[in-house]
Amino acid sequence: MMRFLLPLAVFIILVVFLGIGLTLNPRQVPSPLIDKPAPVFHLQQLYDSSKTLSSKDNLGKVWMLNVWASWCVACRDEHPVLVELSKLGIVPIYGLNYKDQRDTAMQWLRQYGNPYETSIVDADGKVGINYGVYGVPETYVIDKQGIIRYKHIGPVTVESLKEKILPLIKELKS
Amino acid sequence: MMKQLICMKVGSLKRCLMVLILSLVAFQGYANEAVPVAEDPELENRLNNLAENLRCLVCQNETLAASRADFANDMRREIREQMHMNKSDEEIVDFLVARYGDFILFNPPFKSITWLLWFGPFTLLLGGGAALIFYLRRRRIQIKEKDVPLTENQRLQAESLIKEMNKDQSI
Repeated sequence: MMRFLLPLAVFIILVVFLGIGLTLNPRQVPSPLIDKPAPVFHLQQLYDSSKTLSSKDNLGKVWMLNVWASWCVACRDEHPVLVELSKLGIVPIYGLNYKDQRDTAMQWLRQYGNPYETSIVDADGKVGINYGVYGVPETYVIDKQGIIRYKHIGPVTVESLKEKILPLIKELKS
Repeated sequence: MMKQLICMKVGSLKRCLMVLILSLVAFQGYANEAVPVAEDPELENRLNNLAENLRCLVCQNETLAASRADFANDMRREIREQMHMNKSDEEIVDFLVARYGDFILFNPPFKSITWLLWFGPFTLLLGGGAALIFYLRRRRIQIKEKDVPLTENQRLQAESLIKEMNKDQSI
């Protein structure tokens, strides 16, 4: 009996490991920045280049940082979700306009709606590198102490909001 | 000139447009592949050596040295700038790992969560080898134990079988 059980057990363990490996999404690279302080930035605002926003300005509140660009096709998919979310007034969303042109970015927001408290301009993608951005759109949830608590890679969907992001924000706010 | 000739020969507006569009696309391809000329060959060499071991996170099986993705361009620019600031290779790698995680390294670092990765195959090999040796030894013992002479009856039976076989072959 043992003769069959042992190889079978080894086989099942292997299958479980391979199964986990196959169902993981290789595009979702876990960020080492989770539970670490959000990288500092000090950037010009999209609509008024004389104004700036720095990461310190948002200390004391729970906020979302959404990395977007007018050239990013997937951003268009997630945008209606963000617009709806902003209407609920649960959490302020700040946009990081990543490697984009100012005028096309503003035109894009006019066309699809502007869910952002404000958008800041990361023209050369330097701040993006500090945040570990490698595929737009990406969304970060940052807590009152300025710690990154969650990173969503790819378009934010209604499901991801309901299952992960909104419960987390509720918890962080309390 | 070439394009005009093709257009005249084919004589169809549609095809002519297609040729035009395709030729434009081809030129764009060229434009993207132009690599900035190295100002400092030594630094560029160092950059390439380092980037050979770093993963482009967009086209995941390519190195930062080989990839022509925007991401890889940005990363190479970042590494180049840091090299100009006299940072060591280790410092630059640490900088990237702090932001993108170990996944950016093609050689996974040796630490507690990667033990299974490093030792797993060898453990399986050793386990398999041990199981094989154990099995072979046991079988040899079993064969030895069973190595008892045939009874008279069995011997006769075997002989008659051999005879029958020989007869079949001779026909």
